[in-house]
Amino acid sequence: MSKPDYSDVTMRPKMVGKRIKRTEDRRLLTGTGEYVDDVQAAGMLHVAIRRSDQPHARIVSVDAAGAFDIPGVVGVFDISDFEGECQPAVPTSRMKDYYATPTWPLARGKVRYVGEPVVAVVAESRYVAEDALEHVLIEYEPLPFAIRQVDAVKDDAPLLHEEAGTNVIIRRTFERADVDEVFRTAPHTVGGTFRMTRKCAAPMENRSYMAQWDKRRRSLTLYTSSNIPGVVRDVLSDCLGLSSHQLRVIAPDVGGSFGGKGSLYGEEMLVCLLARKLERPVKYVADRLEDLAALSQGFDELIEAELALDDDGHFLGLRADVIGDVGAFSIYPWTAALETVQVISFLPGPYKIEAYRGRIRGVLTPKPPTGPYRGVGRPSSTFGMERLVDMAARKIGMDPAEIRRRNLVRDDEFPYRTAPGIIWDRSAFQECLEGACEALDYPRLVEKRDAMRAEGRWVGIGMASYAELTGIGSRISVAPGMPINTGTETANISIDATGVVTAAFGVASHGQGLETTLAQVISDQLGCSMEDVIVLHGDSSLVPMSTGTFASRSAVLGGGAATLASHQLKAKVLKMAAILMQAEPDELEMDGSIITARSSNQSLTLKEVAKAVYNQMGRIPRDQRVDLVVQETYDPYLGTACSSTHMCMVEVDPGTYGVRILNYVVSEDCGRIINPMIVDGQVHGAVVQGIGAALLEEVIHDDDGQSVAASLADYLLPVATGVPDIDIVHIEAELPNNVGGFRGMGEGGTIGAPATIANAISDALSPLGVGIDKLPATPERLFRLVEAAKAAG
Amino acid sequence: MNDGKTEITVTVNGINHTRRVEPRLLLSDFLRHELGLTGTHVGCEHGVCGACTISLNGRSARSCLTLAVMADRQEVETIEAQGTPDNLSRIQRAFQDHHGLQCGFCTPGMVMAIADLLAHHPLETDEQIREGLSGNICRCTGYVHIIEAVRELARERGPLK
Repeated sequence: MSKPDYSDVTMRPKMVGKRIKRTEDRRLLTGTGEYVDDVQAAGMLHVAIRRSDQPHARIVSVDAAGAFDIPGVVGVFDISDFEGECQPAVPTSRMKDYYATPTWPLARGKVRYVGEPVVAVVAESRYVAEDALEHVLIEYEPLPFAIRQVDAVKDDAPLLHEEAGTNVIIRRTFERADVDEVFRTAPHTVGGTFRMTRKCAAPMENRSYMAQWDKRRRSLTLYTSSNIPGVVRDVLSDCLGLSSHQLRVIAPDVGGSFGGKGSLYGEEMLVCLLARKLERPVKYVADRLEDLAALSQGFDELIEAELALDDDGHFLGLRADVIGDVGAFSIYPWTAALETVQVISFLPGPYKIEAYRGRIRGVLTPKPPTGPYRGVGRPSSTFGMERLVDMAARKIGMDPAEIRRRNLVRDDEFPYRTAPGIIWDRSAFQECLEGACEALDYPRLVEKRDAMRAEGRWVGIGMASYAELTGIGSRISVAPGMPINTGTETANISIDATGVVTAAFGVASHGQGLETTLAQVISDQLGCSMEDVIVLHGDSSLVPMSTGTFASRSAVLGGGAATLASHQLKAKVLKMAAILMQAEPDELEMDGSIITARSSNQSLTLKEVAKAVYNQMGRIPRDQRVDLVVQETYDPYLGTACSSTHMCMVEVDPGTYGVRILNYVVSEDCGRIINPMIVDGQVHGAVVQGIGAALLEEVIHDDDGQSVAASLADYLLPVATGVPDIDIVHIEAELPNNVGGFRGMGEGGTIGAPATIANAISDALSPLGVGIDKLPATPERLFRLVEAAKAAG
Repeated sequence: MNDGKTEITVTVNGINHTRRVEPRLLLSDFLRHELGLTGTHVGCEHGVCGACTISLNGRSARSCLTLAVMADRQEVETIEAQGTPDNLSRIQRAFQDHHGLQCGFCTPGMVMAIADLLAHHPLETDEQIREGLSGNICRCTGYVHIIEAVRELARERGPLK
């Protein structure tokens, strides 16, 4: 197969690369957007959910009689009420040593974390449903549990899923060369135990679901705040025994996800079952406490890692033993392997390291399941690796930028295969480091830090380099071993009888601005004006197979599909126009929805061509007439590397132990930029989430298994006073070998920022001998570290 | 009628609405579910996130911490009064120009808070702007573009320091 020619992608880009104002904004700014909780239906019922207050217990009995004394209560349901009406969602995997826990709409037999849904009350209003919750009596028989991963991993730990026979439901090891031998002979080694604690993605819109049963068509429509409506449609179709004609899943405007809304939830099954059973619309909207308690959580690995290096700072070997706390369930569809295995897949980072062994054990604990959270695995792995890099530099007395320079994969070494098998295509690894150094004038910044330090201030510089695999095609699943296809994306683009371009995708934008960026791509590639394009997304009925927006894929895969489909559609338009203009198609060009002939001054508008094709009988001979419709699927096969270096300076307040970020730069290579304004916005937002992970955010479960964070006053999110201005340096190295030349970039900031800030704080406190190995670095944690260091003298 | 409800009349965006409501009904739920003004969003119901910010008698208020009965015979303004998709308000235009929103969920509350800030607070320094915005959480933007938008709006009011 010859390589297709996409050279005209680069020839005359007009919209791609420009700061186009977003199409989405007008509705969202004026409150005319429609989120799930805004969707109304006549006769709608409301659900409130009684959640487990036990970390691990057998459900002895449920007594709901008292609930019916409350006027307006329609029904009270536990799992026994859906016997025979649904099958569980089972996140199967081809991975060996894996156990797939089933997801049910409500707890079945046992509860396995505080916050697990047990009983649903359905009522005429949410107020009434919540009143009735208090009258539902659930008797539990408490069961033993191990809340910490180091305990749950032990052979004699109480089992959360007896059928699994173990709490360790995923094991994986990557190995290359004889790493132990390398460590035996290495001139220098550094090591530590690094811990990125549990996070909540905390999108501003809590999870919201509304299901509507259509009696006439015997079909169900689910409105969901999900960012994977296509995946939800496919799995619910099986679980509920509905053909896809009978199930449509729509994600309307979605108020952020960051991965938290990117898995199947039992509550999504629940509202569907209730709507079908009661034949009325049913809505469930989580409150903040419920999302803090039961939204899929992020990270939570314990990484024991060591790095070996020579006298010149070259990395020789890396070995790591990781225990990932996956919570009480393996999440659908990603499985418990998504977060955990990525930690050891990406631990070597963007560096050349020949000898490696990374071992992960994913262990069940009575906590909400972990799932995708912006960056997935790599915020943890980058934190561990980049701390090791700085520790190594310190140990051999080398500048942290220099040691990175010596070990980052160089231009002539791409494509580079890492020890776990990730292939880095050419990306600006080295240039990003230099870009960050230049942007902050690194040598001067070092002088400045030293001068401030001489005044006794706790000031430090931190940096982190990383690479991520984005826009992954069908060669590997986004989550290892997962059976669903995440490697293709479909665009269906049509021009209707009025000359309007409708582009339907399987992606599901939830803040990324895809209605704008995909229209920019189509405008350039098809040659129509942007105003003529409407982008549809977030609806399972649009294209035959869809998944959604996740894993930094939508610009690469959606943009690729848009490009392929636009080219074919343009050929059809020009073929029709050629007949109308009595010219040859290759003499014609379309630009701004106007078709012109190069050899004459003839022109036609797209609208005129569309009219002729659809409405004006006889203008086009019937044996030559084609519909102006194209559906194309793009599969980039391999993924593409997106790389970056972050750098910042921080100051730790010796009175409050608060950390102030004095400046921050991101130097990154995301390939061709579709809309610089949107790219910058993604970087800013992701970096600030990384700042939250580094300094503020932590889901704490106490020894009794209770989650301590009950509100956003406990689980602290970054606010405007705590974040710096963020400089961004865009570096475009060689464009990746995919359609469009785009690299995925939505997650990177969250990957780089925690490590960067941890390194900066460690540098600031280095005169005291303090290094950061656990995030967030809260004032309390820093205070204790400094006190311990002082006590140790 | 003794149904435990109270009759209230609230002026919302210049229109009087009379309803019988439970005393416990939140103003945010009153606006969203009784009046169908779904532009006001609810993000935490603890008064922390600011998504539900509205204007009560000209000053910003958390509609999730206000009971509907407290708004009886008061003036409420919501995002729906700021501008329309075809005719954005000045604040809304600044947000679009600077890409001050992504998912848009916190945005109505942000816009309402900024309207109050511009009317009543000094915004001459970045510290003042950041302090003013610190009651509204945005999880998408990292605030950088929002701050740029507010800087531009504040500059139109007078020189910045």
